[in-house]
Amino acid sequence: MAFFVETLLNGLLTGVLYALVALGFVLIFKASGVFNFAQGSMVLFAALTFVGLIEFGLPILLALLVSVAVMVAVAFAIERAVLTPLVNQPQIILFMATIGVFYFLDGFGQTIWGSDIKQLDIGIPQSPIFIPFGEGDLLVTEIDLFAAGVGGVLVLVLAILFQKTKVGRALRAVADDHQAAQSVGIPLRSVWTIVWAVAGIVGLFAGIMWGSKLGVQFSLSLVALKALPVLLLGGLTSIPGAIIGGLIIGAGEKLAEIFVGPLIGAQAIEDWFAYMLAMVVLMVRPQGLFGEKIIERV
Amino acid sequence: MKAKTLALAAVALTIGVTGTVATAQAEGEQFIPALVYRSGPYAPNGIPFANGFGDYLAMLNARDGGVNGVKIVTEECDTGYNTDRGVECYERLKNNGPTGAAVVNPLSTGITYALIERATADKIPVISMGYGRADASDGRVFPYVFTLPATYWAGADVAIQYIQEQEGGSLKGKKIALVYHDSAYGKEPIATLEALAAEKGYTFLKYPVAHPGLEQKATWLQIGRRDRPDWTLMWGWGVMNSTAIKEAAAVGYPMDKFIGVWWSGAEPDVRPAGDASKGYKSLALHGPGADSKAHADILKSLYDAGKGLAERGAVGEVLYNRGMINAAYMVEGIRTAQARFGNKPLSGEQVQWGLENMEYTEAEIEKDGLAGLISPIRLSCLDHEGGGKARIQQWDGEKWSFITDWYEPNRGMLRPMYEASAAQYAKEQNLTPRACS
Amino acid sequence: MFYREAGQFHTSYIADQAVFPIPVDRIAIAAFAVIAAVAIPMLGNEWFLSTIMLPFLIFALAAIGLNILTGYCGQLSLGTGGFMATGAFAAFKLSTAFPDLHILIVLLLSGLIAALVGIAFGLPSLRIKGFYLAVATLAAQFFLIWMFNKYGWFTNYSASGVISAPPRAIFGDLLVTSSQASLEARYLFALGIVVVLAIAAKNMARSRIGRMWMAIRDMDIAAEIMGIRPLRTKLSAFAFSSFYCGIAGAMWAFLHTGTVEPLAFDVNRSFQILFMVIIGGLGSILGSFFGAAFIVLLPIMLNNAPGWLGYQVPTDLLSHVEFMVFGVLIVFFLIVEPAGFARLWQIGKEKLRRWPFPY
Repeated sequence: MAFFVETLLNGLLTGVLYALVALGFVLIFKASGVFNFAQGSMVLFAALTFVGLIEFGLPILLALLVSVAVMVAVAFAIERAVLTPLVNQPQIILFMATIGVFYFLDGFGQTIWGSDIKQLDIGIPQSPIFIPFGEGDLLVTEIDLFAAGVGGVLVLVLAILFQKTKVGRALRAVADDHQAAQSVGIPLRSVWTIVWAVAGIVGLFAGIMWGSKLGVQFSLSLVALKALPVLLLGGLTSIPGAIIGGLIIGAGEKLAEIFVGPLIGAQAIEDWFAYMLAMVVLMVRPQGLFGEKIIERV
Repeated sequence: MKAKTLALAAVALTIGVTGTVATAQAEGEQFIPALVYRSGPYAPNGIPFANGFGDYLAMLNARDGGVNGVKIVTEECDTGYNTDRGVECYERLKNNGPTGAAVVNPLSTGITYALIERATADKIPVISMGYGRADASDGRVFPYVFTLPATYWAGADVAIQYIQEQEGGSLKGKKIALVYHDSAYGKEPIATLEALAAEKGYTFLKYPVAHPGLEQKATWLQIGRRDRPDWTLMWGWGVMNSTAIKEAAAVGYPMDKFIGVWWSGAEPDVRPAGDASKGYKSLALHGPGADSKAHADILKSLYDAGKGLAERGAVGEVLYNRGMINAAYMVEGIRTAQARFGNKPLSGEQVQWGLENMEYTEAEIEKDGLAGLISPIRLSCLDHEGGGKARIQQWDGEKWSFITDWYEPNRGMLRPMYEASAAQYAKEQNLTPRACS
Repeated sequence: MFYREAGQFHTSYIADQAVFPIPVDRIAIAAFAVIAAVAIPMLGNEWFLSTIMLPFLIFALAAIGLNILTGYCGQLSLGTGGFMATGAFAAFKLSTAFPDLHILIVLLLSGLIAALVGIAFGLPSLRIKGFYLAVATLAAQFFLIWMFNKYGWFTNYSASGVISAPPRAIFGDLLVTSSQASLEARYLFALGIVVVLAIAAKNMARSRIGRMWMAIRDMDIAAEIMGIRPLRTKLSAFAFSSFYCGIAGAMWAFLHTGTVEPLAFDVNRSFQILFMVIIGGLGSILGSFFGAAFIVLLPIMLNNAPGWLGYQVPTDLLSHVEFMVFGVLIVFFLIVEPAGFARLWQIGKEKLRRWPFPY
């Protein structure tokens, strides 16, 4: 029983890490309807910039600020060079355009910062903690708790940004209807820049968390694959959905790997199990758990 | 716009069809293609290997004027560890130089699979040093593939020998786990470990990790918190290694009971995990460090002149050394072939003979300045593995160092397994194994 | 100038409904076929045939398959790699279990097996739509690859977990599969299959079933009201798509690499083929060829270009620049023509028809 709870707990914490990556996707999809294939690359690029600046000798706080500035610049460049010329194109074309961005960022990041693995140690504690439970104890890692904390704070900040500020209202208006928003005087382009910048900054935090776990290296861009089922399960347009989806997928795949796998005599099932789980949920709710209801008209 | 695109495409096509626009090729030089990966997800491992490989050959050219006076030229081609691109690189480079590519080192299990049949048809030997398919050790079925100095199966056997020694000679009732990359590569040792489990009486537990292995929480909760095996082996690759070490530390698994294969035992695997990786062990086909005479020659003839491929501090890293060793084995094969066919650039077919008949003795290793780094090997038409040995190395937080002497894999047990597996391949392929006598 | 259509009249419906109604186009296509079937194998060197043309043909076939599903029927799929793997493993099992089975029948059967698998994973498409449908096909992708990896039965219990294509002859002892066959034979065999299947796809797309697919794509509710059964139509698209992808996968293993591991068909392969379809042109058979050429050949060309021009570029920098230029070119072509290369081609043809007049 203790082991079950331990697995569940660790799965939930892992789920928060997935959600961190998924958040970036959601922000961009919500505001501009773009399924951003380059989110993984943005995570990698942000982390590479951050760790590169630290190696360069900058103090952590300054490196963080400069990295944020770089991600804003990236957002600005993407808006100018990719989104504006492709405005009003079908979603799938915009998706393809982000693939171009993906290739560019991968090459660009490696050209500047090299392909070597870089250790990222910014003092996030990593040791295991034991929580007493029944007759045994439960093991969790400090970094996972820390990441969960960061994830929680990020969601809170984003919620305030979306709900309480003027910019947030503009963002929501654009998300609801591009044309209507434009007609009441909301500048579409600057809203998009802001959203991409915010997604870049969220990517930076995701990159720092994952980078502290794995070291900053090219493989970091592959975490996007772990975020996909989370995203689809939670709903492409919902920020809380990303978090809840992350928790469900994280816990679900860990429990499946450890407890369901042996029942069917199989291992390493977590990857497809996450998608199967998402699929079953989507069969009931085709727009994801918290996505906007899809209304079809003829 | 359109006309321009068309013209461009036409130019590209013409160049493409007519193929190799004369690349600089000097007569009298031996051409070796270098399939490397300096970009992509596995670049941290690929870069030091490529540097070591290139530096060793450049040093030979600078110090000895090549192999018996025949200069060796290489051309790098970046595969990004991608099989499609690896095949393209191979086809692009195989006809360069006066005699074409004499030998190819695919440097990836996937590319090795894709090249085995191509290279055999082209009569170019493939050296898959410590990777690829173990059953290719049967030279009758795979005349052009070389698995020297030891296969994964041999590696698994050595690991068990070491564990048995540590456990005081008996493995009865012990639990040994294998954490592996869920792919053809990771599954290689399973058959051996299962056979040994039946013989030695330990319980064998398997934990596959899905590619690419960024997330292993479930695996390590099982190992560290529930099953608690006495020893854990790992067949991992790239980001999977450092993640595994970190997760193992997080669940409190003792590092000195954790042994990786030689692809899980280099600096990029342990460094990202920081102090957590202290005490972690791995199999080794060759020694770490930059103390040998060959290293000194490399530093003197290349780095002092500012011509080295790596940074000076990276010379002597595990994967750098592996690149050097791979080059050294290959050069020994060429040397053997030269003894028979003359000191001139050789064809793949001739080098195949050289590799097959090579005997890299202690004395010759010493002469090449590699004493202490590798064990002697001797190949034959039948045996393309060459009877190499492996040892165990340990990471102390700063550097790798040997903690045991060389172990001889139990080839009496492995050889029939190679042969059975190779025979199945021959049957599927309608091949008649050549006679070796 | 190039198109002189004055005086060309169609006197029957059959002539009017031909795939290429204009004689100039027919001549051009015939010339192209001759080049592909005669000139390329004769003039092209080994590198060109084996690493450019063969993968190009196979990818083009897979792209046609995905185009049926995504381009014509509007169902987003990221399971292409899984369906290709199904075809490859089915072909391997069939040809090793029944060594006397003719290779064409093996390919056909493996395509059919892939089609069945495709139908099974296409079932959720009735309920899940748009980007969300990706989850069903991704489930197929990860599950199928995992399955081929996990169960030794699929690889005939090979210790390495890989499959090696056995040599098979098309007639007599003219081998067309595995590396024992000559490159020209393999190329021509692949060309033959791709041409036949491409023509079949083109004709499907402009017949009843193709119009049903397009009606579903444009608006499935409206199509349903008009009397098109969505389930049957969507599943038929999944079936045909997977059939094509399955054959492409079998060809990849049997004609191209010879030995494959399941990871050769991982999710990156699915993405790669989706890119081809989008950039080539959704809903266009010709576009699938353009897309395959762009995604497969362009990176190789970029990587080779400095060498051909005689420049020495460090290997790693070359790869990085290749990535960057490739990314920029994708965005550039999308901006020039978002509907893909097929549309660009059409515009070019229109221009040629009116040349030298602007309109």
